[in-house]
Amino acid sequence: MPEPLLELRGVNKSFGVVHVLHDVDFAVYPGQVTALVGDNGAGKSTLVKIIAGIYGRDSGDYVFEGKKVEVHGPRDVAALGIEIVYQDLALCDNLDIVENMFLGREETSRFGLDEVTMETRARETLASLSVRTVKSVRQSVASLSGGQRQTVAIAKAVLWNSKVVLLDEPTAALGVAQTRQVLDLVRRLADRGLGVVLISHNMGDVLEVADRITALYLGRVAADVPAKDVTHSQIVELITAGRSGDLGIAENALTADV
Amino acid sequence: MTTDTDTASVPSPAPSGFDNDNRQAATIGDSARDYVNRLRGGDMGSLPAILGLVFLFAVFASLNDRFLTTYNMANLVIQSGSIIVLAMGIVFVLLIGEIDLSAGVAGGASATIIALMLIDYDWTWWAATLAGVAVGAVIGLAIGSLVAFLGIPSFVVTLAFFLALQAVPLKLIGSGGSLRFNDAVLRGLSIKNVPVTAGWIAAILIVVGFAALSLWRYRSLSAKGLVHKPLGLVVIQIAVLAVIVLGLTALLSANRAPNPELFEISGIPWVAPVVIALLLFWTYVLTKSRFGRHLYAVGGNAEAARRAGINVKRVRIMAFVICSSMAAISGLLAASYTGKVSPGSGGGNELLYAVGAAVIGGTSLFGGRGRALDAVIGGLVIATIPNGLGLLNQASYINFLVTGGVLLLAASVDAISRRRRSSAGV
Repeated sequence: MPEPLLELRGVNKSFGVVHVLHDVDFAVYPGQVTALVGDNGAGKSTLVKIIAGIYGRDSGDYVFEGKKVEVHGPRDVAALGIEIVYQDLALCDNLDIVENMFLGREETSRFGLDEVTMETRARETLASLSVRTVKSVRQSVASLSGGQRQTVAIAKAVLWNSKVVLLDEPTAALGVAQTRQVLDLVRRLADRGLGVVLISHNMGDVLEVADRITALYLGRVAADVPAKDVTHSQIVELITAGRSGDLGIAENALTADV
Repeated sequence: MTTDTDTASVPSPAPSGFDNDNRQAATIGDSARDYVNRLRGGDMGSLPAILGLVFLFAVFASLNDRFLTTYNMANLVIQSGSIIVLAMGIVFVLLIGEIDLSAGVAGGASATIIALMLIDYDWTWWAATLAGVAVGAVIGLAIGSLVAFLGIPSFVVTLAFFLALQAVPLKLIGSGGSLRFNDAVLRGLSIKNVPVTAGWIAAILIVVGFAALSLWRYRSLSAKGLVHKPLGLVVIQIAVLAVIVLGLTALLSANRAPNPELFEISGIPWVAPVVIALLLFWTYVLTKSRFGRHLYAVGGNAEAARRAGINVKRVRIMAFVICSSMAAISGLLAASYTGKVSPGSGGGNELLYAVGAAVIGGTSLFGGRGRALDAVIGGLVIATIPNGLGLLNQASYINFLVTGGVLLLAASVDAISRRRRSSAGV
């Protein structure tokens, strides 16, 4: 097993009296899709927001490429090469694909915005991801389908030579064909050597593209296993009960003294 | 078709990618179809304003033979100046989905300061103007900060400023009084004209500059195989601009005095170069600068802009600063036109005219869509109404009715086209 690209060790997080994450260990490996699964309220979003730098940690280490790093906000995280594609995508409908991909990081020349460089790079990135479904890179994002919008959001994350990409429910609102396209894209990201985190409720998607599965249960890691070692029903048990056979949390999670 | 299946069967990424990107080889026909599709989808741009302008010109010209005289056309240019400049400022706050109700009175307050500096302190015209624009900028900074940091709706903040700022000229001038505004340069903006030769040189420079820029852009984009307009369309655009600019210059360079034998009035009114300079500057800012791109982004989806690392608060504040600073210049042009500043300056319909001008021109009330050019086209429409009705000796209530109707019509077009846009996804 290679070194993890990104690793969280023993992370705890409380909001007031509510202890949301208990000593969570989470690792993302290069070239692999790590699925983060768990029921509503298991702590997935909190964990993602800690990785994204939106929330701080109460304790625990943030390790990137083997070195402990201090992150104080989303900008620090982006500087490390970690990109998050949120569920609501956060694209500007009134801007075109190129403008959206470079939003906040526009290339400039002496005369202002460098549209030639930006369009060329956007084309290269989309082509390298084998995205051929958009009609024109100068199409406004409002005219794209759900799958195309997801594709643009992912391509935007890849554009910045990022090393880790987190995808929050990328297929939640998509039809069958579009889900297919996005899952292929997720797989290709990992094949390029990126560390990919897939947050999903859809076990079919998870089993299809994930290499590793990390299941959260009530703020604890119930299991961190290779995807090929578990079955659909085992994952569901890990999500709903925190254990499945000899996998999972040993005792009742609510009273366990970890 | 065979090439399609070939690329599909090869698992490695296709080298070029955009097989479907047919915009590269677009022809004029494609562009025309695109445009019609955009219109159908609700993206009307400035088309309603241009049609409205043509309609108003046709009506007024048929009702009064003095309307189309060069003398009246020059008047129209001068009258529209302050509305256009104020509307250009309003475009910036509309772009981020906000409103500034205080822009008119901010202009009045700034003009009062300028007049006071000229009269009581003997400042030169440019120092007084800078002071006035600075006053506008400070007002915008205050409004923007209250909106961005406290989260008060801009409607409420600027309504409060609308009321409070009316106190400034009233206190400084005193009720019933007025400040004369007869500085040679600043008053000259409205009553003097650019020398005819200089006007022609500037007009030709604008046309040549636009042509060179468009062709250079066409070449650099097409050389790299990027999305670009077809050459024919570029040439048409250059031709249209040349006709408008050179035609207006020729019109305004003729002697337009009502009694041509007795004295001569010719040349472009100085207001026009001021408006054109502002138009070029803000068009550059909106289309070619990062700040401009961020304005559109904040107007389109503020949350997306924030996540992309854009300082949304700073963008918001800057929009209000620009709006109020432009209001100061607009107040200056209005004072230059009337030759005085009175306590009521800017407190009348100026603001609503300007909002109307921006919206008629094609700027959306809902944020994210608009250009500096919209203010010019819309401002001409708004200024044409009182100009034409004035020639017809209509009672002023007609003027209010017509202007109100036009504004309502423009807002309806905006709302309907927005609905169609969201369903057509253009």
